[in-house]
Amino acid sequence: MKTWIAFSSILKKDMSTYYLKPPNISWGIIFPLAWALMFFIRTGEPMDIRGILPGIMGLSVLFGTTSMLAVTITFERRRDSFNRLLLAPIDLNLLMLAKTGGAIIFGVANGFVPVLIASFLADLAGVNWAGVFSGVLLISITSTFMGLFIAVAVREVFEAQTFSNFFRFPMIFLCGLFIPLSTLPFWLRPLSYILPLTYGADLLRESINGEGIFHPGFSLVMLFAFALGLFLFSIRNVKRKWID
Amino acid sequence: MAIIAARRLTKKYGNLIAVNEIDFSVEEGEIFGFLGPNGAGKTTTINMLTGLARITGGEVMIDGVDCVREVKNVQSIIGVVPDESNLYDELSGLENLAFCAGLYGIPRGEGIKRGQRLLKQFDLADAGNKPFRTYSKGMKRKLTIAAGIIHRPRILFLDEPTTGIDVVSARKIRNLILDLNSGGATIFLTTHYIEEAERLCSRVAFIVEGTIRHLDTVENLLEQAREDNILEFVLSNNRVLDWEFLQKKFPENQVEVKGNRLRIHTTKPVGLKPFIDRFTEMDCEVFEARLVRPTLEDVLIKITGLDTSGLKEVWGE
Repeated sequence: MKTWIAFSSILKKDMSTYYLKPPNISWGIIFPLAWALMFFIRTGEPMDIRGILPGIMGLSVLFGTTSMLAVTITFERRRDSFNRLLLAPIDLNLLMLAKTGGAIIFGVANGFVPVLIASFLADLAGVNWAGVFSGVLLISITSTFMGLFIAVAVREVFEAQTFSNFFRFPMIFLCGLFIPLSTLPFWLRPLSYILPLTYGADLLRESINGEGIFHPGFSLVMLFAFALGLFLFSIRNVKRKWID
Repeated sequence: MAIIAARRLTKKYGNLIAVNEIDFSVEEGEIFGFLGPNGAGKTTTINMLTGLARITGGEVMIDGVDCVREVKNVQSIIGVVPDESNLYDELSGLENLAFCAGLYGIPRGEGIKRGQRLLKQFDLADAGNKPFRTYSKGMKRKLTIAAGIIHRPRILFLDEPTTGIDVVSARKIRNLILDLNSGGATIFLTTHYIEEAERLCSRVAFIVEGTIRHLDTVENLLEQAREDNILEFVLSNNRVLDWEFLQKKFPENQVEVKGNRLRIHTTKPVGLKPFIDRFTEMDCEVFEARLVRPTLEDVLIKITGLDTSGLKEVWGE
């Protein structure tokens, strides 16, 4: 019971202090709109909303989680308030799950903003919603843990931002969100297969349009494996670097 | 019974030895002072005792529990007040306290109640709903202490609690520390304000360059310097002090100056008159001349041979 109270205290504090602030909520709405507009300007034709929906959802989650978590944790580290959490009698794994929980929820909410907008503009009949939810949730979890990995690697808030982009921008082009993997040069494809977003994007494409290249079960297993690997690696680094 | 027992406690950062095989114990219910200049190893020691730094060598038992193997059990009975006020700027004073209570598994309703009581006790009731960022430095320190005790720890670690705050706030904080101790809390206090340790602590340890140079009760330490005679002169200025005369008169004694105050440490009784005459001859008016009781600071200088934290210019060394 005490552990649950500590866990929920951290989660609630982060939600109210960081994620539910108006600038972040507006980010969640403006970001997918901006990407949709970019596609519209590029083609100049009526958009295939269902076609671009998985890509925009994936990007909304990726951009909504990685830098948010990396920045908030780095910010708390810089002003020492993170030490307050490390001093609390709560298991480190649970502490980091509480700390990442807010970003995961924020990411899932961000991922469904494009769906909400699309529901007014396109027919979403036949979408496998369980698959969509699993995809959004697991992209959010892996992206958040990537943010944790970044937070542990940097010291300054601005480094968290730039280091996030170092991972995110190549991902946009390599994970098959907008450029099909089959059209990538063969020497780049191995890189695509080691990116968690590749499997998340594929799961979304399969669930929304039935156009995935992997079996959904395989994508789920890969996403779980990436999530677990990133979390354990980050925890190891937290112990090594922050409890020095 | 010792509630904290450290044996050969060591911390190394690469080749740098920050804390070098120190031994000490703290009795339940006492205020234990951990004194030393900046960079001596005080905060590193606290970090090792509280689980914020890995111990390189030695062992620490807190209330009979191994600090390395069962750090989370140790953390449930300790409170830590860091040297920087590290609460959340965005939250109000009360929200900060309720959040800190939550970290120790105290339900929010109970956390709010305890928070309100502490705000009242710490004279912060009027500021309880204001964001922490709007607090003055003294208010921030007091709220940080309140956050450290909201879960009613048996041992409280206070790292430089009065550094950088005004005299009135510092005095209030010292009184709060005494109140907490009289309520049964064991207090581990690091400070480089020697007067603070003298007023609050029952025992003190002097740590210099990662090594404990001396550990004893305040009474015993003061006793060591009781044989010393300290002549203190308050002069109209310190520009005309005759170095040659002072060094000739006290070749083996320590002479120190702080502003227009001159202090001469001597083991033999010395008359004041020759000094007063000499200063008068030099057109330096003597406002005050007296024998002073040695302070813990004097003991520290005597034991360690240190210029205490750069607070003094020491002559004749």
